[in-house]
Amino acid sequence: MSSSHIVGIDLGTTNSLVAYMQGETPAVIPGEDGSNLVPSVVALDGNNQVIVGNPARNYLIETPDHAVYSVKRLMGRGVEDIQEELKFFPFRLADDLQPGEVLRIKIGQRDYTPPEISAFVLRQLKRNAERFFGGTVTKAVITVPAYFNDAQRQATKDAGRIAGLDVLRLVNEPTAASLAYGLEKRKNGIVAVYDLGGGTFDISILKLHDGIFEVVATNGDTHLGGDDIDNLLITIALDDIRGDLGLDLRRSGEAVQRIRQAVIEAKIALSSQPSTKLDVELPGGKRYQREISREMFEQLIQPVIDRTVGPTKQALKDARLKPNQIDEVVLVGGSTRIPKVRQLVQGLFGRTPHTDLNPDEVVALGAAVQANILGGGSAVTKEMLLLDVTPLSLGIEVAGGVTDKIILRNSTIPASATQYYTTQVDGQTNVAIHVLQGERELARDCRSLARFDLKGVPPMVAGMPRIEVKFLIDANGILHVSAREQRSGKEAEIEVQPSYGLTDEQVEKMLLDSFDYAEEDFRQRQMIEARREADTILAALAKGKKNPAWQELTSAERSNAENLEKALVAAEDGDDYQAIRKAIDALNAGTMHLAELMMDTAVSAALKGKAMDDTGLDEEAPQAGHPVGKAEFK
Amino acid sequence: MESKSSLILSDEPTTRCWSCGTMRATHFCNACGKVQPAVPVDFFTFFGFPRKLELDTASLEKEFYALSRRLHPDVFAQAAPQERTWSLEQSSRLNDAYRTLKDPIKRTEYLLRLEGVELSEQSKQGTEKARATGELKKQVVPEDLLEEVFELNMHLEELRAQKKAGEDDPALLEEIGKAKLSLEEKYDALFNELKQDWRKWDAAVDSGTEEDRKKILGQMLDVLNRRNYVRNLVRDVNEALE
Repeated sequence: MSSSHIVGIDLGTTNSLVAYMQGETPAVIPGEDGSNLVPSVVALDGNNQVIVGNPARNYLIETPDHAVYSVKRLMGRGVEDIQEELKFFPFRLADDLQPGEVLRIKIGQRDYTPPEISAFVLRQLKRNAERFFGGTVTKAVITVPAYFNDAQRQATKDAGRIAGLDVLRLVNEPTAASLAYGLEKRKNGIVAVYDLGGGTFDISILKLHDGIFEVVATNGDTHLGGDDIDNLLITIALDDIRGDLGLDLRRSGEAVQRIRQAVIEAKIALSSQPSTKLDVELPGGKRYQREISREMFEQLIQPVIDRTVGPTKQALKDARLKPNQIDEVVLVGGSTRIPKVRQLVQGLFGRTPHTDLNPDEVVALGAAVQANILGGGSAVTKEMLLLDVTPLSLGIEVAGGVTDKIILRNSTIPASATQYYTTQVDGQTNVAIHVLQGERELARDCRSLARFDLKGVPPMVAGMPRIEVKFLIDANGILHVSAREQRSGKEAEIEVQPSYGLTDEQVEKMLLDSFDYAEEDFRQRQMIEARREADTILAALAKGKKNPAWQELTSAERSNAENLEKALVAAEDGDDYQAIRKAIDALNAGTMHLAELMMDTAVSAALKGKAMDDTGLDEEAPQAGHPVGKAEFK
Repeated sequence: MESKSSLILSDEPTTRCWSCGTMRATHFCNACGKVQPAVPVDFFTFFGFPRKLELDTASLEKEFYALSRRLHPDVFAQAAPQERTWSLEQSSRLNDAYRTLKDPIKRTEYLLRLEGVELSEQSKQGTEKARATGELKKQVVPEDLLEEVFELNMHLEELRAQKKAGEDDPALLEEIGKAKLSLEEKYDALFNELKQDWRKWDAAVDSGTEEDRKKILGQMLDVLNRRNYVRNLVRDVNEALE
């Protein structure tokens, strides 16, 4: 398998990208519209066709309930985790959602889990890459925020599978960025990557040593980013509008989306201008206008960007490094374009950050580098190796509801730990294990990853069985668990109940459903194209009948052509695109003579020095060859 | 999270390469270079080191990087599933070993456990657990610290009382500050003491008797316990001062 077809994907909160290794340098693959960024927006049109990216953005304003964005914020989370999100994002939960169930979000009349929605975006990226390569793409490296927990990582991997991708590796976004940076710089030293994106913040500190990229410490906040800044501005605008214009638009999806687009534009403008004007046309014709100065903007966002300070300091502390020991600070993520953010980073590290990289693309480029490494490497990547860490400690609940940490945060992955369990009651055959992720001492303050039931423990006197449980975090940061009763050597059966995730069966079903949808999509596209082609040939025939050539045909030829015409019209009313195609071909064959005669008329007219348009041939009837020939659709 | 039972180490390590049949080394076959199923060896053996405590961390790091380049799952992304599994086992083992050996305290504790010494309850984990559950933990005050600890605890008691009352006593703060400084010095001194013991241990590995080694292990355990005790005291002081 050629490594060039393993792609690197940055599945972002706001935008997603797909990249590949073009010889010695990574490059982003543009979409059909020429744009490198595919907005992570998914919409359903009137026919329930899935629309992704830029075209889907229009639906946010026109039919807000048929479109979703920032779904990454919901990956691997439960309904009780997202109450904050629901205040600021127009997510509509499925009506029959039960607590503890994987979230389902309504788009139009349909329900989708966050991995399914992300899979739509991934499938679009896959299509873009396939169009670019002219061949299928089935393997990918996908990036995730470094601070993503097990459930969020698993959800991302599931999304890849649903999109029909074999996810070779999940790579942490700041680490991917460091790969792109390191490939270019080829320098040893300590690098800090400060990554403030649309919805997540990561800080990673790496040691670069002769091609080894060793992450020393990582920290972050998976719910902190440009979205939070937008929401602040939206809230202010809505308050203004209520105060000044007496309109309460908080429940108006369309108005909120208009305001959202306007504040995003204003935010971007303020990175290069001292002030800007918000100007939004509201439903009902009223206008909301307001001047925003950069000073005011900076004051407003200070509390948001200050939330990056704690994680940054903690990462430095965990790495046992002082800020002045960092050789370079690399900025990643669109939000690091904000001058105030750059100023904050400069203050934290006492040095000017490196801003040469395109903060929107560097993560995808790094993912492409990692894809190349996994594909066997090339001359430029063969010495490169990424050693990443687990961002959160892994623990198990012990007596008293306390977390016993068995793999500490910032441990290089893959990492493992072995624990021994026994039974409390004679003849006990089940042992329950509660796995947690987080830094807090009490189990209830940590993230519940899963509850395991070790079954089939051979009945023995209490305390006699010795059950060895091995926890292993793989290179994707995902946990695997295996267990064995040592005295009998019997492998215990493990029943996994992920606290917030899809089961393998569910993912498989979604993958199959997506094939069904894909088939449905394919069929619908074929129908549309066949009908269009039929209309063209019918129109051409109608024109041909007015041509003198029509009268030169025998009456049998004319009635045959008319019968075939009727058959095609009938086929068009059906829903079998193959029948339409057959009727088109038949009509084509049946009008061959007409076409030839028309061509002769055209040629002799040309020889007589007459203008072509006098022959009755125009652009609707192709000027060469068959006048009612097949139309080309691109 | 995924559950898999294939990750369990085999109890019967083969001594021959699965691929070419020649005698294998710990991680790779000497003849054909293929990755091998992990064998349950201790962390020192994993790196090919003797069970000694004075360890050159620079060469440990070098060895870690060299083994990572050959064992990491990234290198096996296109390999057969079985080899991928072995790479995962081997590289997780490598990382666990490196993490343990590079840290001087973890390394010492690991060696003690390897030698069959049960670490006392005064471990960091034990302490944290006790703190979280509010259980009273039995702590034996090291003799040389008895007087100092008694006095410090009185001061801390006073400080807490004052804090409650909203009072401020610079003299008391100074006393506590001094005691803290002295504790921190003691903490560093204990580490130096531990390093002395390492040297003794390493010598005993080469030429000492079973009894010599037992004695040194006991000494190291004692130093570690005292050091943990001092660390917990410093933390208490810091919390009281906050």
